[in-house]
Amino acid sequence: MFAYEFMNNAFAAAGIVAVVAGLVGYFLVMRGQTFAGHALSHIGFAGATGAGLLGLAPLWGLIGFTLAAGLFMGAMSERISNRDVAVGVVLALALGFGLLFLHYYTAFATQATAVLFGNVLAVDAPTILTLAALGAITLAGLGAIMRPLVFASLQPELAEAKGVPMRGLSTAFLALVALAVSACAQIVGVLMVFTLMVGPPAAAQRLTVRLWSGLALAAGLSLAQAWLGLAIAFYTDWPVSFCIALLSGAGYFAALAAQGTVRVSPASSPSPPQ
Amino acid sequence: MNVLELAGVRLSIGERTILADVSLAVRAGEFIGVLGPNGAGKTTLMRAVLGLLQPAEGQIRVFGRAPRRGNPAIGYMPQVRTVLPDLKIRGRDFIASSLDGARWGLPSHGRAERHAIDAMLDLLGARALAERALSDMSGGERQRLLLAQALIGAPRLLLLDEPLISLDARHQEIAIDVVRRVCRERGATVLFSAHELNQLLGTLDRVLYLGNGQAVLGTVEEVITAPVLSRLYRTEIQVIRADGNVFVMSRGRTVEHGEHLHHSPHDRHP
Repeated sequence: MFAYEFMNNAFAAAGIVAVVAGLVGYFLVMRGQTFAGHALSHIGFAGATGAGLLGLAPLWGLIGFTLAAGLFMGAMSERISNRDVAVGVVLALALGFGLLFLHYYTAFATQATAVLFGNVLAVDAPTILTLAALGAITLAGLGAIMRPLVFASLQPELAEAKGVPMRGLSTAFLALVALAVSACAQIVGVLMVFTLMVGPPAAAQRLTVRLWSGLALAAGLSLAQAWLGLAIAFYTDWPVSFCIALLSGAGYFAALAAQGTVRVSPASSPSPPQ
Repeated sequence: MNVLELAGVRLSIGERTILADVSLAVRAGEFIGVLGPNGAGKTTLMRAVLGLLQPAEGQIRVFGRAPRRGNPAIGYMPQVRTVLPDLKIRGRDFIASSLDGARWGLPSHGRAERHAIDAMLDLLGARALAERALSDMSGGERQRLLLAQALIGAPRLLLLDEPLISLDARHQEIAIDVVRRVCRERGATVLFSAHELNQLLGTLDRVLYLGNGQAVLGTVEEVITAPVLSRLYRTEIQVIRADGNVFVMSRGRTVEHGEHLHHSPHDRHP
Protein backbone atom coordinates (compact mmCIF):
# COMPACT_ATOMS: atom_id res chain seq x y z
CA MET A 1 0.00 0.00 0.00
CA PHE A 2 2.86 2.37 0.80
CA ALA A 3 4.52 1.58 -2.52
CA TYR A 4 2.17 4.07 -4.15
CA GLU A 5 2.98 7.74 -3.86
CA PHE A 6 -0.67 8.73 -3.87
CA MET A 7 -1.25 6.53 -0.82
CA ASN A 8 1.68 8.08 1.03
CA ASN A 9 0.35 11.51 0.19
CA ALA A 10 -3.10 10.48 1.32
CA PHE A 11 -1.79 9.19 4.65
CA ALA A 12 0.19 12.36 5.27
CA ALA A 13 -2.70 14.66 4.38
CA ALA A 14 -5.29 12.63 6.29
CA GLY A 15 -2.96 12.47 9.32
CA ILE A 16 -2.47 16.23 9.49
CA VAL A 17 -6.14 16.98 9.00
CA ALA A 18 -7.38 14.32 11.41
CA VAL A 19 -5.35 15.66 14.33
CA VAL A 20 -6.42 19.26 13.68
CA ALA A 21 -10.06 18.25 13.20
CA GLY A 22 -10.08 16.14 16.36
CA LEU A 23 -8.67 18.92 18.52
CA VAL A 24 -10.82 21.74 17.13
CA GLY A 25 -13.82 19.43 17.11
CA TYR A 26 -13.39 18.71 20.83
CA PHE A 27 -14.15 22.34 21.61
CA LEU A 28 -16.92 22.43 19.03
CA VAL A 29 -18.63 19.56 20.85
CA MET A 30 -17.90 21.04 24.29
CA ARG A 31 -19.44 24.37 23.29
CA GLY A 32 -22.49 22.73 21.74
CA GLN A 33 -21.65 24.44 18.46
CA THR A 34 -21.61 21.44 16.19
CA PHE A 35 -24.34 22.98 14.06
CA ALA A 36 -22.06 25.94 13.39
CA GLY A 37 -19.33 23.55 12.24
CA HIS A 38 -21.80 21.74 10.03
CA ALA A 39 -22.97 25.04 8.54
CA LEU A 40 -19.44 26.32 7.97
CA SER A 41 -18.52 23.25 5.95
CA HIS A 42 -21.61 23.60 3.76
CA ILE A 43 -20.88 27.27 3.31
CA GLY A 44 -17.47 26.12 2.08
CA PHE A 45 -19.23 24.50 -0.85
CA ALA A 46 -20.28 27.93 -2.09
CA GLY A 47 -16.71 29.11 -1.66
CA ALA A 48 -15.31 26.18 -3.59
CA THR A 49 -17.70 26.62 -6.52
CA GLY A 50 -17.12 30.38 -6.44
CA ALA A 51 -13.37 29.81 -6.62
CA GLY A 52 -13.93 27.52 -9.59
CA LEU A 53 -15.83 30.28 -11.33
CA LEU A 54 -12.87 32.63 -10.81
CA GLY A 55 -10.38 30.00 -11.92
CA LEU A 56 -8.86 29.54 -8.43
CA ALA A 57 -8.21 26.32 -6.55
CA PRO A 58 -11.32 25.24 -4.60
CA LEU A 59 -9.33 25.26 -1.32
CA TRP A 60 -8.89 29.03 -1.41
CA GLY A 61 -12.57 29.55 -2.03
CA LEU A 62 -13.30 27.21 0.87
CA ILE A 63 -11.01 29.08 3.22
CA GLY A 64 -12.23 32.50 2.12
CA PHE A 65 -15.93 31.69 2.42
CA THR A 66 -15.81 29.69 5.64
CA LEU A 67 -13.56 32.25 7.29
CA ALA A 68 -15.82 35.13 6.30
CA ALA A 69 -18.90 33.20 7.42
CA GLY A 70 -17.24 32.22 10.71
CA LEU A 71 -16.34 35.82 11.48
CA PHE A 72 -19.82 36.97 10.49
CA MET A 73 -21.55 34.35 12.64
CA GLY A 74 -19.36 35.20 15.60
CA ALA A 75 -20.04 38.90 15.24
CA MET A 76 -23.78 38.63 14.84
CA SER A 77 -24.67 35.98 17.39
CA GLU A 78 -24.77 37.35 20.91
CA ARG A 79 -26.68 34.92 23.01
CA ILE A 80 -26.68 31.16 22.85
CA SER A 81 -30.43 31.14 22.41
CA ASN A 82 -30.46 32.75 18.99
CA ARG A 83 -27.12 31.44 17.78
CA ASP A 84 -28.59 28.62 15.71
CA VAL A 85 -30.92 31.00 13.92
CA ALA A 86 -28.03 33.23 12.90
CA VAL A 87 -26.06 30.21 11.73
CA GLY A 88 -29.02 28.84 9.79
CA VAL A 89 -29.66 32.10 7.98
CA VAL A 90 -26.03 32.43 6.92
CA LEU A 91 -26.01 28.78 5.84
CA ALA A 92 -29.08 29.12 3.61
CA LEU A 93 -27.69 32.27 2.04
CA ALA A 94 -24.34 30.67 1.28
CA LEU A 95 -25.86 27.52 -0.20
CA GLY A 96 -27.96 29.73 -2.46
CA PHE A 97 -24.78 31.37 -3.71
CA GLY A 98 -23.20 27.96 -4.19
CA LEU A 99 -26.07 26.99 -6.45
CA LEU A 100 -25.75 30.24 -8.39
CA PHE A 101 -22.02 29.74 -8.95
CA LEU A 102 -22.60 26.18 -10.09
CA HIS A 103 -25.32 27.45 -12.44
CA TYR A 104 -22.83 29.74 -14.18
CA TYR A 105 -19.93 27.35 -14.13
CA THR A 106 -21.32 24.02 -15.18
CA ALA A 107 -17.85 22.65 -16.01
CA PHE A 108 -17.24 22.61 -12.29
CA ALA A 109 -19.94 20.01 -11.76
CA THR A 110 -17.46 17.16 -12.13
CA GLN A 111 -15.25 18.68 -9.46
CA ALA A 112 -18.25 19.32 -7.26
CA THR A 113 -18.36 15.67 -6.23
CA ALA A 114 -14.79 15.94 -4.96
CA VAL A 115 -15.71 19.02 -2.94
CA LEU A 116 -18.82 17.38 -1.51
CA PHE A 117 -17.38 13.96 -0.68
CA GLY A 118 -13.64 14.54 -0.63
CA ASN A 119 -10.88 13.17 -2.78
CA VAL A 120 -7.94 12.38 -0.56
CA LEU A 121 -6.38 10.05 -3.10
CA ALA A 122 -5.79 12.99 -5.44
CA VAL A 123 -3.81 15.03 -2.89
CA ASP A 124 -0.38 16.07 -4.20
CA ALA A 125 2.75 17.23 -2.37
CA PRO A 126 2.05 21.00 -2.61
CA THR A 127 -1.42 20.42 -1.17
CA ILE A 128 0.13 18.57 1.78
CA LEU A 129 2.33 21.57 2.46
CA THR A 130 -0.68 23.86 2.30
CA LEU A 131 -2.63 21.59 4.67
CA ALA A 132 0.33 21.45 7.06
CA ALA A 133 0.54 25.25 7.11
CA LEU A 134 -3.21 25.54 7.57
CA GLY A 135 -3.09 23.00 10.39
CA ALA A 136 -0.18 24.74 12.09
CA ILE A 137 -1.94 28.11 11.98
CA THR A 138 -5.14 26.59 13.34
CA LEU A 139 -3.40 24.79 16.21
CA ALA A 140 -1.32 27.84 17.08
CA GLY A 141 -4.48 29.92 17.23
CA LEU A 142 -6.24 27.31 19.31
CA GLY A 143 -3.30 27.17 21.71
CA ALA A 144 -3.40 30.94 22.10
CA ILE A 145 -7.10 31.08 23.02
CA MET A 146 -7.54 27.72 24.72
CA ARG A 147 -7.50 28.87 28.33
CA PRO A 148 -10.19 31.57 28.04
CA LEU A 149 -12.06 29.37 25.54
CA VAL A 150 -12.47 26.56 28.07
CA PHE A 151 -13.47 29.06 30.75
CA ALA A 152 -16.01 30.82 28.53
CA SER A 153 -17.43 27.51 27.32
CA LEU A 154 -17.93 26.08 30.78
CA GLN A 155 -18.92 29.23 32.72
CA PRO A 156 -20.03 32.03 30.40
CA GLU A 157 -21.49 34.36 33.05
CA LEU A 158 -18.42 34.11 35.21
CA ALA A 159 -16.02 34.44 32.30
CA GLU A 160 -17.75 37.64 31.25
CA ALA A 161 -17.40 39.03 34.77
CA LYS A 162 -13.74 38.07 34.85
CA GLY A 163 -13.02 40.11 31.76
CA VAL A 164 -12.99 37.49 29.00
CA PRO A 165 -13.87 39.23 25.71
CA MET A 166 -16.76 36.88 24.97
CA ARG A 167 -17.74 37.96 21.49
CA GLY A 168 -14.17 38.33 20.27
CA LEU A 169 -13.31 34.93 21.65
CA SER A 170 -16.32 33.28 20.06
CA THR A 171 -15.50 34.91 16.73
CA ALA A 172 -11.86 33.86 16.90
CA PHE A 173 -12.92 30.30 17.66
CA LEU A 174 -15.32 30.17 14.71
CA ALA A 175 -12.52 31.47 12.48
CA LEU A 176 -10.35 28.56 13.64
CA VAL A 177 -13.23 26.17 13.01
CA ALA A 178 -13.48 27.62 9.50
CA LEU A 179 -9.82 26.86 8.84
CA ALA A 180 -10.14 23.34 10.24
CA VAL A 181 -13.26 22.73 8.17
CA SER A 182 -11.49 23.89 5.02
CA ALA A 183 -8.64 21.49 5.65
CA CYS A 184 -11.00 18.69 6.61
CA ALA A 185 -13.09 19.13 3.47
CA GLN A 186 -10.00 18.27 1.39
CA ILE A 187 -10.01 14.80 2.90
CA VAL A 188 -13.63 13.79 3.48
CA GLY A 189 -15.53 16.55 1.64
CA VAL A 190 -17.78 19.32 2.93
CA LEU A 191 -20.71 16.97 3.47
CA MET A 192 -18.70 14.63 5.68
CA VAL A 193 -16.59 16.97 7.77
CA PHE A 194 -18.49 15.69 10.81
CA THR A 195 -16.87 12.29 10.47
CA LEU A 196 -13.54 13.69 11.70
CA MET A 197 -14.63 16.85 13.52
CA VAL A 198 -17.55 15.60 15.59
CA GLY A 199 -17.53 11.80 15.67
CA PRO A 200 -14.14 11.30 17.39
CA PRO A 201 -14.43 14.21 19.87
CA ALA A 202 -17.98 13.18 20.81
CA ALA A 203 -16.78 9.63 21.39
CA ALA A 204 -13.82 10.94 23.42
CA GLN A 205 -16.14 12.96 25.68
CA ARG A 206 -18.10 9.81 26.40
CA LEU A 207 -14.96 7.96 27.41
CA THR A 208 -13.21 10.47 29.67
CA VAL A 209 -14.27 13.47 31.73
CA ARG A 210 -10.72 14.85 31.89
CA LEU A 211 -9.95 17.85 29.71
CA TRP A 212 -6.46 16.93 28.48
CA SER A 213 -7.18 13.21 28.19
CA GLY A 214 -10.29 14.07 26.22
CA LEU A 215 -8.32 16.26 23.82
CA ALA A 216 -5.65 13.60 23.32
CA LEU A 217 -8.26 10.91 22.81
CA ALA A 218 -10.20 13.04 20.31
CA ALA A 219 -7.07 13.62 18.23
CA GLY A 220 -6.01 9.97 18.56
CA LEU A 221 -9.39 8.57 17.57
CA SER A 222 -9.64 10.94 14.64
CA LEU A 223 -6.18 9.96 13.43
CA ALA A 224 -6.83 6.24 13.87
CA GLN A 225 -10.13 6.44 12.02
CA ALA A 226 -8.67 8.45 9.14
CA TRP A 227 -5.71 6.09 8.63
CA LEU A 228 -7.68 2.93 9.18
CA GLY A 229 -10.31 4.24 6.78
CA LEU A 230 -7.64 4.79 4.13
CA ALA A 231 -6.30 1.28 4.59
CA ILE A 232 -9.75 -0.27 4.37
CA ALA A 233 -10.48 1.77 1.25
CA PHE A 234 -7.22 0.62 -0.33
CA TYR A 235 -8.00 -3.05 0.15
CA THR A 236 -11.75 -2.95 -0.54
CA ASP A 237 -11.88 -0.24 -3.20
CA TRP A 238 -14.72 1.43 -1.30
CA PRO A 239 -14.72 5.25 -1.22
CA VAL A 240 -12.34 6.57 1.47
CA SER A 241 -14.90 8.97 2.92
CA PHE A 242 -17.35 6.11 3.36
CA CYS A 243 -14.80 4.03 5.25
CA ILE A 244 -13.92 6.94 7.55
CA ALA A 245 -17.60 7.72 8.11
CA LEU A 246 -18.21 4.07 8.99
CA LEU A 247 -15.41 4.07 11.55
CA SER A 248 -16.47 7.43 12.95
CA GLY A 249 -20.04 6.25 13.44
CA ALA A 250 -18.91 2.92 14.87
CA GLY A 251 -16.55 4.71 17.28
CA TYR A 252 -19.26 7.05 18.52
CA PHE A 253 -21.86 4.35 19.07
CA ALA A 254 -19.31 2.04 20.68
CA ALA A 255 -18.41 4.87 23.08
CA LEU A 256 -22.09 5.39 23.87
CA ALA A 257 -22.50 1.70 24.57
CA ALA A 258 -19.33 1.56 26.67
CA GLN A 259 -20.51 4.50 28.73
CA GLY A 260 -23.97 3.03 29.11
CA THR A 261 -22.54 -0.02 30.83
CA VAL A 262 -20.51 2.10 33.24
CA ARG A 263 -23.04 4.73 34.29
CA VAL A 264 -26.72 4.26 34.78
CA SER A 265 -27.81 7.67 36.08
CA PRO A 266 -30.52 9.19 33.88
CA ALA A 267 -28.57 12.46 33.57
CA SER A 268 -25.91 10.66 31.56
CA SER A 269 -28.27 9.13 29.06
CA PRO A 270 -26.87 9.83 25.64
CA SER A 271 -28.31 12.39 23.31
CA PRO A 272 -27.09 12.59 19.73
CA PRO A 273 -25.30 15.69 18.48
CA GLN A 274 -27.28 18.05 16.29
CA MET B 1 -11.80 51.68 54.91
CA ASN B 2 -14.88 51.25 52.74
CA VAL B 3 -14.67 48.39 50.31
CA LEU B 4 -17.75 49.45 48.41
CA GLU B 5 -19.30 52.89 48.06
CA LEU B 6 -22.34 53.93 46.08
CA ALA B 7 -23.29 57.58 45.79
CA GLY B 8 -26.60 58.54 44.19
CA VAL B 9 -26.50 55.51 41.94
CA ARG B 10 -29.27 54.75 39.47
CA LEU B 11 -29.14 51.41 37.67
CA SER B 12 -31.29 50.75 34.67
CA ILE B 13 -31.63 48.03 32.08
CA GLY B 14 -32.77 49.55 28.84
CA GLU B 15 -35.47 52.07 29.68
CA ARG B 16 -36.39 50.45 32.95
CA THR B 17 -34.93 51.76 36.19
CA ILE B 18 -34.11 48.91 38.56
CA LEU B 19 -32.64 50.89 41.46
CA ALA B 20 -32.66 54.64 41.96
CA ASP B 21 -30.71 57.00 44.18
CA VAL B 22 -28.79 54.32 46.06
CA SER B 23 -26.14 55.63 48.43
CA LEU B 24 -24.38 53.29 50.80
CA ALA B 25 -21.00 52.24 52.10
CA VAL B 26 -19.82 48.75 52.99
CA ARG B 27 -16.84 48.46 55.33
CA ALA B 28 -14.00 45.97 55.00
CA GLY B 29 -14.76 42.60 56.52
CA GLU B 30 -18.52 43.03 56.69
CA PHE B 31 -20.87 40.18 55.86
CA ILE B 32 -23.85 41.76 54.13
CA GLY B 33 -26.99 39.77 53.49
CA VAL B 34 -28.66 41.05 50.33
CA LEU B 35 -32.39 40.45 50.51
CA GLY B 36 -35.51 41.46 48.68
CA PRO B 37 -38.17 40.12 46.36
CA ASN B 38 -37.37 38.76 42.91
CA GLY B 39 -36.69 41.50 40.44
CA ALA B 40 -35.67 43.93 43.17
CA GLY B 41 -32.22 44.27 41.61
CA LYS B 42 -29.91 41.99 43.58
CA THR B 43 -28.26 40.58 40.46
CA THR B 44 -28.24 43.96 38.76
CA LEU B 45 -26.46 45.53 41.72
CA MET B 46 -23.79 42.84 41.70
CA ARG B 47 -23.29 43.23 37.97
CA ALA B 48 -22.76 46.94 38.46
CA VAL B 49 -20.16 46.29 41.16
CA LEU B 50 -18.43 43.89 38.75
CA GLY B 51 -18.28 46.56 36.08
CA LEU B 52 -20.67 44.71 33.76
CA LEU B 53 -23.30 47.43 33.98
CA GLN B 54 -22.56 51.16 33.98
CA PRO B 55 -24.70 53.18 36.38
CA ALA B 56 -27.05 55.56 34.59
CA GLU B 57 -26.36 58.11 37.33
CA GLY B 58 -24.09 58.42 40.30
CA GLN B 59 -20.83 56.80 41.18
CA ILE B 60 -19.71 53.36 42.30
CA ARG B 61 -16.39 52.85 44.04
CA VAL B 62 -14.88 49.41 44.61
CA PHE B 63 -11.74 49.55 46.76
CA GLY B 64 -11.82 53.28 46.07
CA ARG B 65 -11.81 52.94 42.30
CA ALA B 66 -14.33 52.68 39.49
CA PRO B 67 -15.50 49.08 38.91
CA ARG B 68 -13.63 47.21 36.23
CA ARG B 69 -14.28 43.86 34.65
CA GLY B 70 -11.92 41.09 35.69
CA ASN B 71 -10.82 42.59 39.00
CA PRO B 72 -8.94 39.68 40.64
CA ALA B 73 -9.77 41.00 44.12
CA ILE B 74 -13.43 40.11 43.55
CA GLY B 75 -14.76 36.56 43.81
CA TYR B 76 -18.08 36.08 42.06
CA MET B 77 -20.68 33.37 42.00
CA PRO B 78 -23.24 34.15 39.29
CA GLN B 79 -26.88 33.25 39.62
CA VAL B 80 -27.73 32.66 35.97
CA ARG B 81 -25.85 29.47 35.37
CA THR B 82 -25.66 28.30 31.83
CA VAL B 83 -24.57 24.71 31.91
CA LEU B 84 -24.74 22.83 28.67
CA PRO B 85 -26.78 19.72 29.43
CA ASP B 86 -24.34 17.29 27.88
CA LEU B 87 -21.08 18.55 29.34
CA LYS B 88 -18.77 15.61 29.87
CA ILE B 89 -16.15 17.45 31.86
CA ARG B 90 -15.18 16.61 35.42
CA GLY B 91 -15.69 19.00 38.29
CA ARG B 92 -11.98 19.61 38.84
CA ASP B 93 -11.48 20.87 35.29
CA PHE B 94 -14.60 23.00 35.62
CA ILE B 95 -13.18 24.79 38.66
CA ALA B 96 -9.65 24.91 37.23
CA SER B 97 -10.93 26.63 34.09
CA SER B 98 -12.03 29.62 36.16
CA LEU B 99 -8.68 30.15 37.88
CA ASP B 100 -6.88 32.75 35.81
CA GLY B 101 -9.30 31.76 33.07
CA ALA B 102 -9.12 35.12 31.32
CA ARG B 103 -5.40 34.76 30.54
CA TRP B 104 -4.40 33.78 27.02
CA GLY B 105 -2.55 30.62 26.15
CA LEU B 106 -2.86 27.03 27.21
CA PRO B 107 -4.45 26.09 30.52
CA SER B 108 -1.69 25.11 32.92
CA HIS B 109 -2.53 24.15 36.44
CA GLY B 110 0.22 23.41 38.89
CA ARG B 111 0.28 21.53 42.14
CA ALA B 112 -0.65 24.63 44.14
CA GLU B 113 -3.87 25.15 42.20
CA ARG B 114 -4.72 21.49 42.48
CA HIS B 115 -4.28 21.63 46.24
CA ALA B 116 -6.33 24.81 46.48
CA ILE B 117 -9.18 23.16 44.57
CA ASP B 118 -9.08 19.97 46.64
CA ALA B 119 -8.87 21.86 49.92
CA MET B 120 -11.86 24.03 49.05
CA LEU B 121 -13.91 21.05 47.87
CA ASP B 122 -13.06 19.29 51.13
CA LEU B 123 -14.30 22.30 53.10
CA LEU B 124 -17.57 22.25 51.17
CA GLY B 125 -17.92 18.49 51.49
CA ALA B 126 -17.80 18.23 47.72
CA ARG B 127 -14.56 16.36 47.11
CA ALA B 128 -16.34 13.55 45.28
CA LEU B 129 -17.47 16.02 42.62
CA ALA B 130 -13.89 16.57 41.43
CA GLU B 131 -13.89 13.44 39.30
CA ARG B 132 -17.54 13.40 38.25
CA ALA B 133 -18.90 14.73 34.97
CA LEU B 134 -20.86 17.98 35.11
CA SER B 135 -23.63 16.39 33.08
CA ASP B 136 -24.18 13.87 35.87
CA MET B 137 -24.50 16.50 38.60
CA SER B 138 -27.61 18.02 40.11
CA GLY B 139 -28.12 21.78 40.18
CA GLY B 140 -27.06 21.90 43.81
CA GLU B 141 -23.85 20.00 43.10
CA ARG B 142 -22.87 22.34 40.28
CA GLN B 143 -23.60 25.20 42.59
CA ARG B 144 -21.16 23.93 45.18
CA LEU B 145 -18.50 23.86 42.48
CA LEU B 146 -19.31 27.46 41.64
CA LEU B 147 -19.08 28.45 45.29
CA ALA B 148 -15.71 26.69 45.58
CA GLN B 149 -14.52 28.55 42.52
CA ALA B 150 -15.55 31.90 43.99
CA LEU B 151 -13.71 31.27 47.27
CA ILE B 152 -10.41 30.10 45.75
CA GLY B 153 -7.72 32.69 45.19
CA ALA B 154 -8.23 34.76 48.34
CA PRO B 155 -10.62 37.38 46.98
CA ARG B 156 -11.09 40.45 49.20
CA LEU B 157 -14.67 41.02 48.08
CA LEU B 158 -17.08 38.18 47.48
CA LEU B 159 -20.27 38.66 45.48
CA LEU B 160 -22.41 35.57 45.96
CA ASP B 161 -25.65 35.65 44.01
CA GLU B 162 -28.17 33.29 45.59
CA PRO B 163 -25.61 30.67 46.61
CA LEU B 164 -28.18 28.68 48.60
CA ILE B 165 -30.76 28.10 45.89
CA SER B 166 -31.30 24.40 45.13
CA LEU B 167 -29.05 23.26 47.98
CA ASP B 168 -30.54 20.97 50.61
CA ALA B 169 -30.68 22.19 54.22
CA ARG B 170 -27.44 20.50 55.27
CA HIS B 171 -25.43 21.88 52.37
CA GLN B 172 -26.95 25.31 52.89
CA GLU B 173 -25.57 25.30 56.42
CA ILE B 174 -22.18 24.07 55.24
CA ALA B 175 -22.08 26.74 52.53
CA ILE B 176 -22.91 29.54 54.97
CA ASP B 177 -20.42 28.23 57.50
CA VAL B 178 -17.57 27.92 54.97
CA VAL B 179 -18.18 31.37 53.54
CA ARG B 180 -18.20 32.84 57.04
CA ARG B 181 -15.05 31.02 58.13
CA VAL B 182 -13.07 31.72 54.98
CA CYS B 183 -14.03 35.36 55.07
CA ARG B 184 -13.38 35.92 58.76
CA GLU B 185 -9.93 34.37 58.38
CA ARG B 186 -9.04 36.61 55.48
CA GLY B 187 -11.00 39.67 56.50
CA ALA B 188 -12.88 39.49 53.21
CA THR B 189 -16.08 41.43 52.61
CA VAL B 190 -19.15 39.47 51.51
CA LEU B 191 -22.34 40.38 49.67
CA PHE B 192 -24.52 37.31 50.02
CA SER B 193 -27.92 37.41 48.38
CA ALA B 194 -30.61 35.10 49.66
CA HIS B 195 -34.35 34.74 50.06
CA GLU B 196 -34.39 33.39 53.56
CA LEU B 197 -33.19 35.74 56.27
CA ASN B 198 -33.23 33.43 59.26
CA GLN B 199 -30.45 31.14 58.11
CA LEU B 200 -28.14 34.13 57.90
CA LEU B 201 -29.16 35.82 61.14
CA GLY B 202 -26.23 34.47 63.13
CA THR B 203 -23.75 35.30 60.40
CA LEU B 204 -24.54 38.62 58.85
CA ASP B 205 -23.34 41.96 60.12
CA ARG B 206 -25.82 44.06 58.21
CA VAL B 207 -28.68 43.63 55.77
CA LEU B 208 -29.05 45.28 52.38
CA TYR B 209 -32.74 45.12 51.56
CA LEU B 210 -33.83 45.94 48.04
CA GLY B 211 -37.35 46.58 46.84
CA ASN B 212 -39.47 49.08 44.98
CA GLY B 213 -36.40 50.56 43.31
CA GLN B 214 -34.82 51.40 46.65
CA ALA B 215 -32.06 49.98 48.79
CA VAL B 216 -31.79 50.15 52.57
CA LEU B 217 -28.61 49.12 54.38
CA GLY B 218 -28.51 48.63 58.11
CA THR B 219 -28.58 46.17 60.96
CA VAL B 220 -31.38 43.62 61.15
CA GLU B 221 -33.01 45.69 63.92
CA GLU B 222 -32.92 48.80 61.75
CA VAL B 223 -34.02 47.31 58.44
CA ILE B 224 -36.27 44.38 59.20
CA THR B 225 -39.08 46.49 60.57
CA ALA B 226 -42.65 46.95 59.49
CA PRO B 227 -42.27 50.57 58.29
CA VAL B 228 -39.12 49.98 56.25
CA LEU B 229 -40.30 46.76 54.63
CA SER B 230 -43.79 48.11 53.95
CA ARG B 231 -42.10 50.85 51.96
CA LEU B 232 -39.88 48.39 50.06
CA TYR B 233 -42.69 45.93 49.29
CA ARG B 234 -45.28 48.65 48.72
CA THR B 235 -47.74 46.68 50.78
CA GLU B 236 -48.47 46.33 54.45
CA ILE B 237 -45.83 44.15 56.09
CA GLN B 238 -45.72 42.78 59.60
CA VAL B 239 -42.49 41.70 61.19
CA ILE B 240 -42.76 39.02 63.83
CA ARG B 241 -39.84 38.08 66.01
CA ALA B 242 -40.12 34.73 67.68
CA ASP B 243 -37.63 32.35 69.18
CA GLY B 244 -34.63 34.12 67.66
CA ASN B 245 -36.19 34.07 64.21
CA VAL B 246 -37.65 36.92 62.22
CA PHE B 247 -40.71 36.40 60.06
CA VAL B 248 -41.72 38.90 57.43
CA MET B 249 -45.42 38.57 56.83
CA SER B 250 -47.82 40.04 54.36
CA ARG B 251 -51.51 39.42 55.01
CA GLY B 252 -50.74 36.52 57.26
CA ARG B 253 -48.22 34.76 54.98
CA THR B 254 -44.45 34.86 55.02
CA VAL B 255 -43.17 36.69 51.98
CA GLU B 256 -39.89 34.86 51.61
CA HIS B 257 -41.14 31.38 51.04
CA GLY B 258 -42.63 30.13 47.85
CA GLU B 259 -41.02 32.82 45.76
CA HIS B 260 -37.46 31.77 45.74
CA LEU B 261 -37.74 28.84 43.38
CA HIS B 262 -38.92 30.97 40.51
CA HIS B 263 -36.56 33.27 38.75
CA SER B 264 -38.42 36.29 37.63
CA PRO B 265 -37.26 37.61 34.26
CA HIS B 266 -36.41 40.86 36.06
CA ASP B 267 -33.60 39.19 37.90
CA ARG B 268 -31.85 38.32 34.70
CA HIS B 269 -29.41 40.57 33.03
CA PRO B 270 -30.13 41.77 29.50
